[in-house]
Amino acid sequence: MRGAALFVVHQWSMQNLNRTVIGSLLLLALWEMTGGARPASAQVDFSGEWAPRFHEDQPERVPGPELGDYLGLPINDAARLRADSWEGSMLTLPEWQCRPHGADYIWRGPSQLTIRKEEDPLTREITAFHAEWLRSLDNPVYLDGRAHPSEDALHKWGGFATGKWEGDMLTITVTHLKEGYIRRNGMPRSELATVTEHWMRHGDFLTVVTIVNDPVYLTEPFIRSTDYELDLHQHVPPYPCEMVTEIERPAGVIPHHLPGTNKDLQEFSERHGIPFEATRGGAQTAYPDYRKKLKLMPPPATTRPRIPEGQQ
Amino acid sequence: MMAKGKFLTLLLPFTFCLLTLTVRAQTDIRVTQVREHFYMLTGGGGNVAALVFPEGITLVDSGRTEMSDKVLAAIRTLSPLPIRYIINTSVDPDHTGGNVKLGAAGGQITGGNVAGQVADAAEGAEIIAHENVLERMTAPSVKPPVPVRMTPGTTYHVDHLKLSTVYHGDGIELFSARAAHTDGDTLVYFRHNDVLATGDVFMTASYPVIDVDRGGSINGEIDALNHILDLAFPDFRSEGGTLIVPGHGRLCDSADVAYYRDMVTIVRDRVQDMLKRGMTIEQVKAAKLTRDYDGVYARNANWTADMFVEAVYKSLSAMTTGAKPAAPKPAVPKAAQPAKRTEAAQPAKKK
Repeated sequence: MRGAALFVVHQWSMQNLNRTVIGSLLLLALWEMTGGARPASAQVDFSGEWAPRFHEDQPERVPGPELGDYLGLPINDAARLRADSWEGSMLTLPEWQCRPHGADYIWRGPSQLTIRKEEDPLTREITAFHAEWLRSLDNPVYLDGRAHPSEDALHKWGGFATGKWEGDMLTITVTHLKEGYIRRNGMPRSELATVTEHWMRHGDFLTVVTIVNDPVYLTEPFIRSTDYELDLHQHVPPYPCEMVTEIERPAGVIPHHLPGTNKDLQEFSERHGIPFEATRGGAQTAYPDYRKKLKLMPPPATTRPRIPEGQQ
Repeated sequence: MMAKGKFLTLLLPFTFCLLTLTVRAQTDIRVTQVREHFYMLTGGGGNVAALVFPEGITLVDSGRTEMSDKVLAAIRTLSPLPIRYIINTSVDPDHTGGNVKLGAAGGQITGGNVAGQVADAAEGAEIIAHENVLERMTAPSVKPPVPVRMTPGTTYHVDHLKLSTVYHGDGIELFSARAAHTDGDTLVYFRHNDVLATGDVFMTASYPVIDVDRGGSINGEIDALNHILDLAFPDFRSEGGTLIVPGHGRLCDSADVAYYRDMVTIVRDRVQDMLKRGMTIEQVKAAKLTRDYDGVYARNANWTADMFVEAVYKSLSAMTTGAKPAAPKPAVPKAAQPAKRTEAAQPAKKK
């Protein structure tokens, strides 16, 4: 590249227009050859069958998080109260039984993923990807330049997603989400949140980074990465769901804990010997510096035995 | 020619966008298509639901009086046909204020050969509401009196009223939500379109307005929300299915109503717990019992979290003390009135 630039300067000094034009063309050719002018619409094929890899946060993702574990979450007091009030048997309510995870959390769920692509039949450009997990609906990501719907439109579990290419990375903006959760222990994510996703493919590995911005429950963006591996033997089967009466309870009862009455919140702290204050989360608990502060905190007064591996 | 044609083709979407923006700017009303012939109009006060059918238009609510022209202009972008029916979900002025102007733009399918003899038989849209809406509108205490054309000409006092498909464009069912937001709330279900308009029983950016003085109650509100969930059919994975037009806010489905029902019930339980422990309203308000939901539902400056908590407290207190809401003052002798079912002192009957 540097040689090509000198070449152009040299040609200009000769005051020869034709030669300058030829030089410029050579420069352009070199630019192309070095990849500097990669088309804005670079398209990496993300379609295929992807199996989740659980080397990140396996205990949280597969058996599920423990109650009261808010470590590393940049949450505010409103989120804390909401999660403290959460009672797991709420999931037995008919209206909750068939809900899928929201667009931001479902990447972390313990289920396989299939991504299909949609092409324009004439130009063969990819106009959309469709991501679908075992227990989800179709989550389309539109690449055709369409606008997001108005503020009055229906919100969905997968939200409304549009993508744009940034080199080989696909950057996706998700709006119009239904309320969801950032951790499966009642820690909420509001319907006013927006999510940015970055899809990156390295050979047979897919890495997805999600960034949640929630003006209601988060004090700063919440960033997570998740990995999948291509699996040619995988097929995501149908997963029907019907609502049933799981627990007989009087009409109108919603399971929850009144403020200050949830005794289960101490369990995580006592079982792992982590100061209770730290388990309450907050942005500072997400940063390495917090370890210094942690050492100065008193350990929990009582302890409980850890749950053996595999029995969680 | 090719170049010119290409230029016009490129220009077309831009022009369309401009036209769309112009219509929006002129009307201030946003139109959301709910089904093929069903729309939600937002921005004119309470949401207005509009069903366009071959013989005319059926509306749920009519917005605020001062927005009537703009609401009507927005309706006219959907259909030139007459407005046949306006169903009011409550007595609130942001839901009934457009009755006069929108009603005048319509006409009823009635009269036949009689129309020539009864001059105004088919004039104006038919306005339908719960009986208590009429009673509150025509109470002697209302000064100045509400124009006759704003009041419902057809009322019902039972739990449930069916309207026929032929005349109204759909099999429409009206369900009385007694003692919820007020004592005259109606849930309007469009059976074939599978759309439910809830009025202010359900709103997406605000806590429910429990108007205890007009017969509303927190337990009636929760009953009404559960009734909506009983009526609605969620589609696969609890998304879509029956679509819900709230009194204010965005288009919803039953999952959204379930979240709202959960929130209202949990706040009710928290207030009830403090009330049982003998706490005063000041102590209850100081406890900030809604702070985990305020970011979503305290966005209405006219109905704050404190106002909601106070209304819940008042409603639950009335249950314990036996206090009753101010009943609408009937304009006709008491003996002619149907039995009231609106005491806030009793939990509303489970539907």
